[in-house]
Amino acid sequence: MEAATVPGGDRALLARSPLARLPDRVLKYGLSVLAALILALIVFFFIRLVGEARPAFAKAGVLGFTFDNNWTPSAERFGALPLVLGTLITSALALLIGVPVAVAAAVYVSELCPPRVRGPLTILVELLAAVPSVVYGLWGIFFLAPKLQGAEQWVADRLSFVPFIGGGLVTIPNYFITGLVLAIMILPIVSAISREVMTTVPLDQKEAALGLGATRWEMIRIAVFPYCRSGIVGGAMLGLGRAIGETIAVTILIGDAPKLGSHLFGQGYSLAAVVANEFGEAQGVHRSALFAAGLVLFVLTLLVNGVARALVVRSSRSTGQPAPRGSRGGSALVADTAVGA
Amino acid sequence: MSAPAPSVELVARFGVSPARRRKDRVARGAILAATILALVPLVLIVYYLLSKGLGAWSSSFFTTDPTGNTFFKSSSIGGIKSAIFGTIEMVALASAIAVPVGVGVAVWLVEYGRNSWFAHAVRFFVDVLTGVPSIVFGLFIYIVLVVGTGSSFAGYKGSLALSLLILPVVIRSAEVILLLVPSGLRESALALGAPRWKVIASIVLPTALPGMVTGVLLAVARAAGETAPLLFTAAATKKTSYDLNGFMNSLPVQIYSDVTSPTTSVVNRAWGAALTLVTLILLLNLIARLISRRSRLA
Repeated sequence: MEAATVPGGDRALLARSPLARLPDRVLKYGLSVLAALILALIVFFFIRLVGEARPAFAKAGVLGFTFDNNWTPSAERFGALPLVLGTLITSALALLIGVPVAVAAAVYVSELCPPRVRGPLTILVELLAAVPSVVYGLWGIFFLAPKLQGAEQWVADRLSFVPFIGGGLVTIPNYFITGLVLAIMILPIVSAISREVMTTVPLDQKEAALGLGATRWEMIRIAVFPYCRSGIVGGAMLGLGRAIGETIAVTILIGDAPKLGSHLFGQGYSLAAVVANEFGEAQGVHRSALFAAGLVLFVLTLLVNGVARALVVRSSRSTGQPAPRGSRGGSALVADTAVGA
Repeated sequence: MSAPAPSVELVARFGVSPARRRKDRVARGAILAATILALVPLVLIVYYLLSKGLGAWSSSFFTTDPTGNTFFKSSSIGGIKSAIFGTIEMVALASAIAVPVGVGVAVWLVEYGRNSWFAHAVRFFVDVLTGVPSIVFGLFIYIVLVVGTGSSFAGYKGSLALSLLILPVVIRSAEVILLLVPSGLRESALALGAPRWKVIASIVLPTALPGMVTGVLLAVARAAGETAPLLFTAAATKKTSYDLNGFMNSLPVQIYSDVTSPTTSVVNRAWGAALTLVTLILLLNLIARLISRRSRLA
């Protein structure tokens, strides 16, 4: 009892001297400054990027730059519509192909597979995230694209009555191959986030469904999917963000033709690919137009990622579970880390 | 002695109807098929990397620089020595920059910032950084360090672009791990009279170390495979360089420039370099997983 109370006069004896308190102050304010520097850095970068892109925007206006369908650097015409559409077409394809497969793999791992194969299967899917972008490009252009060219031509011939899909001549680099490889690249992150969200489904809801006589599939449909919908959509959006920003694999696979491809199996261009491909020899307004393309890309990914994060966080908050960003110590983080551009 | 078999009527009333059972089978079969489909690309990539890449590997492949010759025999094309050294040097410098800063910010978020509006703002901006396409980081560094200083490409500029890529991942993963350190540990140390900095330095950080190393290694593995941020910051050169202030080659950039070549033997060098790069990255991943298994947190 007596030891616990310090008489007023002796309090000063126990307090640290100002000198001993100094390291604490230094650490606290030093680290705060470090954190503030990160904010400042991003804002600074953004302002500089806008500044470098200004000449291109001044020439055609922001809307004119983004929606004009004419990218001819030699004639100083910089309309980014073919690039924007190329980015959107390939990313949409990636989602269309990649998300169902990724979600199915997540369902299998979390609900259906024998416990013994769960770990190895998870690791195998995530290994896809360890393959660098440039290796996907190399593999896609020298293996996948030539192997699939015949099949693509067959589809294009059969569907020749469908505008944009059929009819034309299939080239080796094209939109479809790009979308397919992007689908493989976003598979690990979409799958990891879906799996993570599926683990938050309360066991009693699943058991209740099974107890009422539902089959496994019915249980997945009525207990798991409704519960995870916004989380899965969020994961898909994060994948979309990745697909939009993906650079080197797309540059190798899309063909780098500076106009809007006439059909799905034709060559095109994307925002990221144009920067990677033309920046080296660009001068003056051309260079500024490439900065503008980078800026459009940046804003596009910001929007997509913002919506995605909000969805994933909301999905976990509504369940009363800790937010996944906090619980993402595990596999989703691994996938998040490893998928790159 | 088995229970009497349920009558046919009972089964008909309470059993699963054939239509539902069929639907269940089909759905489960489709899910399994899609899962297998997800593994097909992995098998194909590994197979082609090994079959093409191992053919390109030889002792001179790792000990000579690329020569720039493309029209002669494969022996005159040269290896990838400069690319391997460049990647290792640039990634090492990038980690040396990003890891202390990242861990510092994570410590601030967990120990000081917590739920203040400023900490939320920092978390938001770190999330923003995570989503930025890597080529945009290349543009940033180009604007600030190449246009801004009027100088040319350099290895350290490539490192800075890579460190921007590593930074958000390190902050995020370190924050997650630091949050897992039991608050009882901190409180005991504080109750014994230890000052805050000492608690952080000798209790919190050592406890979180294995987990943080895992996060760092995964981030580094990701950066090692990046091409886009290096294209206009470190550029490419053929010679092995130990000067981070000069042009520097790297494995991803070497592969990228070889892919576009019409010569088969140059493309084969790309396969060999790709196998080298993937091996390097998988090693880092493997070490990360082994360390995370030993961590007592998480």
